[in-house]
Amino acid sequence: MTDPSRAPERFRSRGFDAASFFFSGVTGIATAIILGILAIILLNITWHGWDGISLRFIVSGTDQDMFDVNKAGVLPMIVGTSARVILMTIFVIPVGVITAIHLTEYANPVSIHTRIIRGAVNNLAGVPSIVFGLFGLGFFIGFVGGEMDALFYPDSDEPVWGKPAILWASMTLAVMTLPVVIVATEESLKAIAPGLREASLALGATKLQTVAKVVLPQALPGILTGGILSISRAAGEVAPILFTGAAYYMSGYPTRPTDQFMDLGYHVFILSTQSPNIEQTRPILYATVLVLLLLTFTLNIVAVLVRAKMRRGMRQSH
Amino acid sequence: MKKLIQSICAAALLAGVAATEAGTITAKGSDTLVILAQKWAEVYMARNPDTTIQVTGGGSGTGFAALQNKTTDLANASRQIKAKEKIACIKAFRKAPTEYKVALDGLSVYINAANGVEALTLAQLDGIFTGKITDWSQVGGKAGRITVYSRENSSGTYEFFKKNVLKGKDFFARAQTMPGTAAVLQAVGKDPSGIGYGGAAYGAGAKAILVKKDADSPAVAPTEENVISGNYPIWRYLYVYVNPALDKGELGDYLKWIRSSEGQKIVKNVGYYPLPKTLQLSSR
Amino acid sequence: MSYTNAAFVTQPSGNNRSARWAGILRGKKRRPLEWLAEKGIFLVSLSAILMVFLIFLFVGREALPIFLGRMDSSVAIKVIQPDQMASLSREELQAYLELSDDEFAGMDEETLTLMMEVKLEEAAEAPEDKDASVNTTEWKYLLQPHQWTGYDKPEHIWQPVSEIHKYNIIPLLIGSLKATLVALLFAVPLSLAAAIYVSQLASPRVKEWLKPAIEMLAGIPSVVLGFFALLVMATVLQKVFGYDSRLNAFVAGVALGLAIVPVVFSIAEDALTSVPRSYTQAALALGSSKWQAAWRIVLPAALPGVFAAVVLGFGRAIGETMIVLMASGNASIVSWDLFESARTITATIAAELAETVFGDHHYRMLFMLGTLLFAVTFVSNLAADLIIHRLKKQLEGRT
Repeated sequence: MTDPSRAPERFRSRGFDAASFFFSGVTGIATAIILGILAIILLNITWHGWDGISLRFIVSGTDQDMFDVNKAGVLPMIVGTSARVILMTIFVIPVGVITAIHLTEYANPVSIHTRIIRGAVNNLAGVPSIVFGLFGLGFFIGFVGGEMDALFYPDSDEPVWGKPAILWASMTLAVMTLPVVIVATEESLKAIAPGLREASLALGATKLQTVAKVVLPQALPGILTGGILSISRAAGEVAPILFTGAAYYMSGYPTRPTDQFMDLGYHVFILSTQSPNIEQTRPILYATVLVLLLLTFTLNIVAVLVRAKMRRGMRQSH
Repeated sequence: MKKLIQSICAAALLAGVAATEAGTITAKGSDTLVILAQKWAEVYMARNPDTTIQVTGGGSGTGFAALQNKTTDLANASRQIKAKEKIACIKAFRKAPTEYKVALDGLSVYINAANGVEALTLAQLDGIFTGKITDWSQVGGKAGRITVYSRENSSGTYEFFKKNVLKGKDFFARAQTMPGTAAVLQAVGKDPSGIGYGGAAYGAGAKAILVKKDADSPAVAPTEENVISGNYPIWRYLYVYVNPALDKGELGDYLKWIRSSEGQKIVKNVGYYPLPKTLQLSSR
Repeated sequence: MSYTNAAFVTQPSGNNRSARWAGILRGKKRRPLEWLAEKGIFLVSLSAILMVFLIFLFVGREALPIFLGRMDSSVAIKVIQPDQMASLSREELQAYLELSDDEFAGMDEETLTLMMEVKLEEAAEAPEDKDASVNTTEWKYLLQPHQWTGYDKPEHIWQPVSEIHKYNIIPLLIGSLKATLVALLFAVPLSLAAAIYVSQLASPRVKEWLKPAIEMLAGIPSVVLGFFALLVMATVLQKVFGYDSRLNAFVAGVALGLAIVPVVFSIAEDALTSVPRSYTQAALALGSSKWQAAWRIVLPAALPGVFAAVVLGFGRAIGETMIVLMASGNASIVSWDLFESARTITATIAAELAETVFGDHHYRMLFMLGTLLFAVTFVSNLAADLIIHRLKKQLEGRT
């Protein structure tokens, strides 16, 4: 059946409508403006940061001089960011996937507790990042860390668990990115044909077996998308880690869960506001921003591609 | 999959529980000191490979808070500890913290390089930063509104300036607060009507002015000679505070090394000034 | 958060033996493992609710003394000489030194004498000021102007680190609102126009790469946007508009707007796309142009979703930290001039928290601000949620 909205505008039997032309143009310009600003930001950062990036920059530490453009390196920051993000996925993926499974497979969509859970998930997505920082400080470091210290180290003078550490920063970020994982997993679970589940049940499998062996493997691309998106989001956040574990300078790498860590985003913030010689640090600053941007962008693009492939695959199987 | 996650968690927990904190020295506090502290840490760790030193900034207030919360061993500070903070430390570890002077600093006042003003008296600085003087023409420059840049209130530099130059009065409410000296310099360098203060630093477009004690005194530049002799009116000590119970062993050695002539040599590279010889320790 | 998937959700029948889900009773055999697994999964899924509740609890708990008016930040203290310590009773000594029961029990004679001496220092540092004995954490000082020493007239002042601690929150509220206002004014028309273009006017081939391209803006971390605003945008905008303060609410607001464009765009676009195509087709069949159909038919139909998008954008903008910390100048003044520097609630918390001592009045004031912020975003999220829910029900009713 022909879709009238597909017919090119010029074949319509109608006079030239100035208002439509103008307003369509305005919306097109608005879209172009947004894309233009995005392009300007990316180009500006790449232009200034490209010279600063070299293999040495990425794989060396800050042994010599953080502010000397010939000697600075960002390896500790890359390691710190990666470590906290990977630690975060250990917490967020199981909880997020199980919650999504509950919402899609087990829960009654119109009951009040489902609505409350959904509401809580949506709310969590909108909490300001600094409030997460306060939460991490007050709950994880103060309460959980304090209780752990009281239990395991009652005689110690210094807090062992009750201070800023990579473990608490990761758990705070896990709470923050939980909605991302839940929504992405739910999307992929809902896209699975109901027929698949019905077939499995008809063959005698229990609900648990169906979910674990039939539904989940099909949903893996969506879970992957959710994981990648949550990593991308968490890698760029600075406000939640300000008081929960980011350090300005450390000699080694975080090896224990109670260690602090260096971080790309935090380093960008420090370099922009703290360096003694602005002109000298500018190339390092731009290069660090470029590394951070490459990290988050690559992850985002990978997630989008995986999601697009998944959607095309689903469309074909229907 | 679930088993894998469980075993990772168990291993991580065990690793954390089994680990001790021996060997790591944490230093936290002043942003003015943070680069110096990092340099000290680098050089010291190169010579003593078993010691690990961790440095974080955040402002002198942060260092004192961490000292009281026992989340740091050393508190770097660009101002002296307040009595209230001392009391909190006593509550926390039953003794008053030991104070070590570690370097000298001349607090510079920066203006835009294109600004014609060369020198200001302390009274004029007081007026500008409290908002009583609002136009450059009142202090000998071209007419134009003065834009004041200040530091965040966690900064020891902020408190020192407030206490010594403003004599305890509040900063001008319209003063823009910047998170670090670099931000102040950057802002002043780009703003022809700007004025700001900070520790020693360099930035294109900004220059440090000479300071006069009063209208009749000579204008003094913040150079090493003037700061050590005390001629430059806005000078201060930079401090490190520590819990006396911890001041022994590795930590004690580190603190002694910082104040020795070896440690003080590094101070100059960062832009601050070494302690007068009378306060330095001889190196081991 | 797409609710286009409403189509995929089938309503369960009342009978738990429906074909779709056979429940726990398969055949006649009861399976305890199944029951356990289902309950376990349900418990884990409550974690989201638990987290929201815990955030309220732990952030609010630190702020409770301020809300209840139990903190005292006055600085004048009566002085007792150390050599008179012996003449004080235990309770008086404990009250004078402001120690809790545990702390007092752990102190020996030497430490107590030391504390008395340091108290003398504290008294010496206390200013001689008419406001020295005022409890500045009382609500009337938080909200109303007061004439402090050294000022010409009553003003709202936020200067916590000072001899007299000044905690008026009005400049911070105004700062947050200014920046958010600029962000919304900049981002909403832009995103809405782009959403209309992408969902109604562009051809499907263009749509395929255009939508992800705009959502790429969400991949830029806020610290990078703040850095860009500080270094590049501030200079450019100052040249174009010619105002005095290089870093102000306007610059921060524009950068904030860039941060919320992806949020407003994707939700508005979802809302516009889920309006049934039959509406558009009917309008076109009657001779309207694509624009007329979009503006007069689709947009009004999607209005609740668009409104929800704006509300969520507002929540995101008011809660953003790094951009305003770096680009807004952070001066706490009471002024509605957009080109003046402004200090937001989020930047205040981020900049000042590290220097507070656990439990003192500055610390609790910052947690109070955090609670306030959380309450505002909670309410706006709830509102957006209810609107989207109602929209979903309307769509299902009509389909």
